Amino acid sequence: MPETNIFTTIGLEHYLVLSAVIFSMGMAGVLLRRNLIVLLMSVELMLNAVNISFVAFSKYNNNIEGQIMVFFVMTIAAAEAAVGLALAVSIFKRFKEVNIRFFEHLKG
Amino acid sequence: MSHEALIAILLLSPLVGFILNGVRFRSSNYILAGSIATGAVFVSFICSVMLMIDLINAPVDQRRLAANFFEWIAVGGFKVNAGFVVDQISSIMILIITGVGSLIHLFSIGYMHHDKGVTKYFAYLNLFIFNMLILVLGDSLLTMFVGWEGVGLCSYLLIGFWFSDSAKAAAGMKAFITNRIGDAAFIIGMFILFFSFGTLNMFELNALAPTTVEASWMGAATLGTLMLFIGATGKSAQVPLYVWLPDAMAGPTPVSALIHAATMVTAGVYMIVRLNPMFVAAPNTMMVIAIVGAVTAVMAATIGLTQFDIKKVLAYSTVSQLGYMFLAVGVGAFGAGMMHLMTHAFFKALMFLGSGSVIHAMHEEQDIRKMGGLKKYLPITHFTFLMGWLAIIGFPLFSGFFSKDEILWQAYASPRGSVFLWIAGVAGALLTAFYMTRLMALTFWGGSRVPKSVHPHESPAIMTIPLIILAILSVIGGFIGVPHVIGEYLGHIPNYWADWLDPLIRKLPETGAPHTAAEEWGLMATSVSLALISAFTAYRIYTNNKGTNEQIAKAFGPVYNFVNNKYFVDEAYFAGIINPLVKQSQNLWMYIDVNFIDKTTHVISDMTKGAGSLARSFQTGNMQQYAMYIGLGVVVVLTFVLMR
Repeated sequence: MPETNIFTTIGLEHYLVLSAVIFSMGMAGVLLRRNLIVLLMSVELMLNAVNISFVAFSKYNNNIEGQIMVFFVMTIAAAEAAVGLALAVSIFKRFKEVNIRFFEHLKG
Repeated sequence: MSHEALIAILLLSPLVGFILNGVRFRSSNYILAGSIATGAVFVSFICSVMLMIDLINAPVDQRRLAANFFEWIAVGGFKVNAGFVVDQISSIMILIITGVGSLIHLFSIGYMHHDKGVTKYFAYLNLFIFNMLILVLGDSLLTMFVGWEGVGLCSYLLIGFWFSDSAKAAAGMKAFITNRIGDAAFIIGMFILFFSFGTLNMFELNALAPTTVEASWMGAATLGTLMLFIGATGKSAQVPLYVWLPDAMAGPTPVSALIHAATMVTAGVYMIVRLNPMFVAAPNTMMVIAIVGAVTAVMAATIGLTQFDIKKVLAYSTVSQLGYMFLAVGVGAFGAGMMHLMTHAFFKALMFLGSGSVIHAMHEEQDIRKMGGLKKYLPITHFTFLMGWLAIIGFPLFSGFFSKDEILWQAYASPRGSVFLWIAGVAGALLTAFYMTRLMALTFWGGSRVPKSVHPHESPAIMTIPLIILAILSVIGGFIGVPHVIGEYLGHIPNYWADWLDPLIRKLPETGAPHTAAEEWGLMATSVSLALISAFTAYRIYTNNKGTNEQIAKAFGPVYNFVNNKYFVDEAYFAGIINPLVKQSQNLWMYIDVNFIDKTTHVISDMTKGAGSLARSFQTGNMQQYAMYIGLGVVVVLTFVLMR
């Protein structure tokens, strides 16, 4: 039985395609959706798409730095989610809705 | 008391009066305000008298009491102290200022009692006295200039005292602006003197003055003194800057007496006497001064012939008499100039206050055509005015006679004099006698032309007492300076005045043969008899003669009109200087400021604003739009990177 290495049968381009697809979904979500919660989720999607490509590159180049970078991205994603949700809560308290257009009130 | 303390009290007393009245300027309590102000000036007068006594008791070479309060400016080699000096010249001035000033303050209590701004009025008067004292006591040109500007300010404030009348406010501004032209020249004169001699201290300047006369027009002494003299023409109302003084009569009458007759307008004469060694070194300047003085004396006197406002007549008379003083200092007769300054202060203050009494009696009427026969209603005013009249026309043995006669004699006999200056002086004396007699006749003598609705009444004692004191001074004031020829004849009366001033006056270099006493008697007789004939003619014409003015106007035709309109000098200034200046300023404003500078800045600001609003249109606040810009940016950059 030939050795089936998942990383040889599924090539780098598969990962990159997956990453690109998820990234585009996330980006479309950020650009088009109006709900702040959905927006935050879409940002998460984009970050995770990047993480996938980091890990894939790391494996294929035998370079650990890509995987280290993923931890940073996850940390930042957590921080960003905390701030974003706090904003969402305060927006909700003020307007009883979490629509992105209320952020326009922050305009000077 | 030490003389420093005396000088300090002398200076500060009016300032304290100004502050006391100034802080309660809304009050209309005329007795309190008047008492404070008069008291303040009277304290100064006492100090002046005490200083004068000290000065007389001192030996001749130590007659100089200095008080150096503090160092005012010290920049490199340029040092000015707040130093004040009482010497032979300034002691006379402070006596006149505080003495006549006290009397005029006293008179004002009666004259201004119905005015709502009476406290403010007295505050201004005290401020004026303070500045005038700084002017005459300051030991450097710069300290003098502080007072010089200060009296100008007070003059402006008091001319425009009734500023709700726009004509009076305009008269104040006219005085201020005209004076400013002179002041600019005064400053230039200070620059020149400092540049050439390295000091502004007047005593040092006098010591440094060249002992040989300067023949050139461009020498430092000539140019510097000429500029100072232009400053004096502004302050002392000489041709060509005299136009403000007649208009200054818009102020309250005691102000005219104090500022525009007795004290401030004589500042120019004082300044020249103070710096006489410098002026003696500049014969060209002296010539200009003498000619300007003579021209002013005659020209103002002719205008005085045709005026009908009692104060305007006196104003032109003042300009004319100031011309005499400048004629005197211009021919080097500094003592005679100072003497006339003093006697003029007495009799002109007297006549202005007398006119104030008349105006008060006539319920603010100033037109002498509506007066006449006031003698029986105003006996005291009439009698004192009569004394002033005798003094100004130079009736023998009255004060004006001695001073004016000395000036006329010096105009002829001085090494810098000439027979033409004498003729101009006599012509002025003739005209003076005529217009003053005309004023007396139209106001006090002849039939009454007073409207039925007006009931003239004599003024209260508070107004007549100053008149009486000034009348006494006008009569006897001349005896301290009796010319030598008359003194010898009257029993060896020495000329105290000339002896007193002698140490500070630089002698003119003598030329030619000395003049004889016979010459002096002859010229004196000529001028006095001409003046008396002229006065008698005026008396005959104007007393009991209705319709005279029309007849005279008709007889002289266009000449009368020309003189009556003051030679159209104001109109000429407007046509020649003011209107072109305004026009050019408007053009500059229109073409340079509005159309160029403003437009340029507007274009720049519009561009900035346009760029700003363009950038602003991207800043919608819509975060998704921002995200899209980021996305588009990434696409563009990636495209660029990949396609390269």
